Amino acid sequence: MTSSQPIDTQNATATANSNVPLWKQQDAEPFLKIENITKKFGEFTAVDNISLDIYKNELFCLLGGSGSGKSTLLRMLAGFESPTSGRILIDGVDMAGVQPWKRPVNMMFQSYALFPHLSVADNVAFGLKREGASKHEVKKRVAEMLDMVQLGHLGKRKPHQLSGGQRQRVALARSLVKRPKLLLLDEPLGALDKKLREETQFELINIQEELGVTFVVVTHDQEEAMTLSTRIGVMNHGVIVQTDEPHDVYEYPNSRFVAEFIGSVNLFEGKVVEDQPAHVRIDSAEAGGTLFVNHGISCAPEQIVHVALRPEKIKISHNRPDQTENCIQGVIEEIAYMGSLSVFKVRLPSGKEVRVTQPNFTRHMGERFTWEDKVFLSWDEDSSVVLTS
Amino acid sequence: MQRKSLFLRFSAGFGFLFLYAPIIALIIYSFNKSKLVTVWGGWSLKWYSELFQNDQIIDAALLSLKIAFISATVAVVLGTMAGYVLSRFGPFRGKMIFSGWITAPLVMPEVITGLSLLLLFVALEGMFGWPSGRGTGTIIIAHVTFCMAYVAVIVQARLSSMDETLEEAAMDLGAKPSSLFFLVTLPLIAPAIISGWLLSFTLSLDDLVIASFVSGPGNSTLPMVIFSKVRLGVTPEVNALATIMIAIVAIGVIAAMFQMRRQARLLAKLD
Repeated sequence: MTSSQPIDTQNATATANSNVPLWKQQDAEPFLKIENITKKFGEFTAVDNISLDIYKNELFCLLGGSGSGKSTLLRMLAGFESPTSGRILIDGVDMAGVQPWKRPVNMMFQSYALFPHLSVADNVAFGLKREGASKHEVKKRVAEMLDMVQLGHLGKRKPHQLSGGQRQRVALARSLVKRPKLLLLDEPLGALDKKLREETQFELINIQEELGVTFVVVTHDQEEAMTLSTRIGVMNHGVIVQTDEPHDVYEYPNSRFVAEFIGSVNLFEGKVVEDQPAHVRIDSAEAGGTLFVNHGISCAPEQIVHVALRPEKIKISHNRPDQTENCIQGVIEEIAYMGSLSVFKVRLPSGKEVRVTQPNFTRHMGERFTWEDKVFLSWDEDSSVVLTS
Repeated sequence: MQRKSLFLRFSAGFGFLFLYAPIIALIIYSFNKSKLVTVWGGWSLKWYSELFQNDQIIDAALLSLKIAFISATVAVVLGTMAGYVLSRFGPFRGKMIFSGWITAPLVMPEVITGLSLLLLFVALEGMFGWPSGRGTGTIIIAHVTFCMAYVAVIVQARLSSMDETLEEAAMDLGAKPSSLFFLVTLPLIAPAIISGWLLSFTLSLDDLVIASFVSGPGNSTLPMVIFSKVRLGVTPEVNALATIMIAIVAIGVIAAMFQMRRQARLLAKLD
C-alpha cells in the first residue's frame, strides 16, 4: 500500500523559510500522518483510503456534511475506533493498538461530556489525577487552566449550574490541562449561539497560538472552518475532496462539490471551445454566451465543464458596461436586503437563476434596483474558475 | 388551574380506596384492645408489647431482615454486572439468550422458580454434598437469583439512557476501563443501584412462596411464620407487626423517591 494521494502543495518551495508555512515546505516532517486509512462498518465504508499530513501548530479543519466520515476519522485519531486498514502516526509513533487512555491526544466532545457528578475543578483535574500528578501540581494546573478560560471563580460549581458557553470553556480547559500534543475538537462551537460562537472562535485561535498545540477540528459549519483554520480538508462520502488554505478552498475550489459546499456559487455548464495555456473560452448556453477565463485548464477538447462564479464577484448595472466579454443580461426576480449587503436573484433568458451580492457601501445605494429591472451582469476575467469535475 | 372532571376524581378516589383501605384497616386494628381480630374493643398498644415478647416472631423478623440485606447486596453486585454487560458489551454471541434468561425470573411463576431451585439444591447435595440441607443459605441463593433480574433490568435501563461519551471522555483523559467504571459509570448509575437494592430488599422480605420451597426446618422467614399463624387463626400481634413493617417500608420508599427526584432534576438541568 504505497499509493498515497499527493497532497496539494501549491507553489511548494523547498527552502525551509520560517515565513513559509510548514505544509508548503517539501522537507517538513508532518506531526500527524494519516496513511491510507479506511474504516468499514460492515458493508458501509465510512472513511475511504484517506491520506493526510498535518503539521505542528496547525489548526486543521475537517469540513463536511453529516455522514461524510469526518467524525469517524476523528474518533480513529482518539482511538475510539480502530481503522480497518492504514496507519496513523502521531509525532512519528504508530498508534496501532495504542489504547485511548495511552495516546498523547485529548478530545473535546460535541456534547462536552462533562462529568455531571464532579465540580468544574474536579472535571478539569480528572485527567491530571489519572496521570498521578501530586496534589499540589493538580491544584496549580487546574487553577491556571481555569484562569485561562476565565472561569477561575466557578471552580466549585457543578456543570449543570453553568451556561452553555461556560460549559464549553470547561470542556476546553479539561481537554487542554494534560498538555496534549494533539487536541481533537468535535464541533466545538456547535451548541453555542451566533454571538458567543464568534467570540469563542477568536478565543480558540488565541489559545491555540499561545499553547502551541496542534488542533484538528471537525465541523459542518463552513464559516467556522474559514475563520478558525490554517487549512481545511473538505470531506465527502469518506474521502477528502480538497485540502487547502481557507482562501484557496474558497477562491480555487477543485470540484463542483467543494464550490457548492463552501459559500454560495453560480455554476454555468458549458463546452470548451478555445483551450490556450493562458486562457479558455467556454460556450455556455445556460449563461447565454461565451465565457472567458484567464487561466488554462487541462481538459479534452470540447469537454463539458462548469464555470464557477461567486455572487460577490459579479457587478450589476442598468447600463451596458464597457466590456465585451463576461457580460450577460437578465431580469431581477428577487431582492433581499440584508443590511451589510443586498442579494439579487437575476433570471437569465435561458431560465438560469444567478445570485448576485452587492455590498451596501453608502446609506443610500448609488444605483437603485427594483423588481423586474433589466440589468447587465459582468465580471472580470480572473473572477471565475473552471471546474472539470 | 383546570378543573378535573368528576370521572377522573372518582377514578382517583376509587383507586386510592382500593389500594389503601385494607392497609388502613390493618393499621387501625393493630391498636385494637380486643383479643378478637374482628371485634373492636377500644384503643391499645398491648399487641405491640406482646409482639416484642414473642420470640418466634422476633427471630423470624430478624432472619428475614438478614436474608433480605444479604440477598439485596449480592443481587445488586451481580445484577449491575449483568446490566453492564447487556448495555455496554456490544453484540456478542448468545446476547439474546442471555438477556432473555436474565429477565426470565421476572415472568416465571414463583412456584416454578421455587420448585426448580429446590430440585437443583437437592441434586447438588446428592452430587457434591453441598448445600448440606436447606436453610438460610439456600434462601439467600434463591432470592439473589430472582432479585438480580430486577437489578439487571433497572441498571441496564439507566445505562442505556446515559451519555456514552462520558465514558469515552474519561478514557480520553487517561482512565483505564477498570478505574473508569468506579470513577464515572458507578457514580452515575448509583440511583439505579440504590433503587435496585431497595426493590430487592423489599422483594426478599416479601417472599413467601420461594422461601417455603427452599428453606429447611428452623429457618422460617417472617412471611412463613405469619402465614402459618394465620392458618391457625389471626392474632392481633400480626397486625402490629404488619403495621411496623409498613411504616419501615413507607419511610424507605419516600426516602428513595426523594433521592431519585433530586437525581432526576440534576440530570434534567444538564440536558
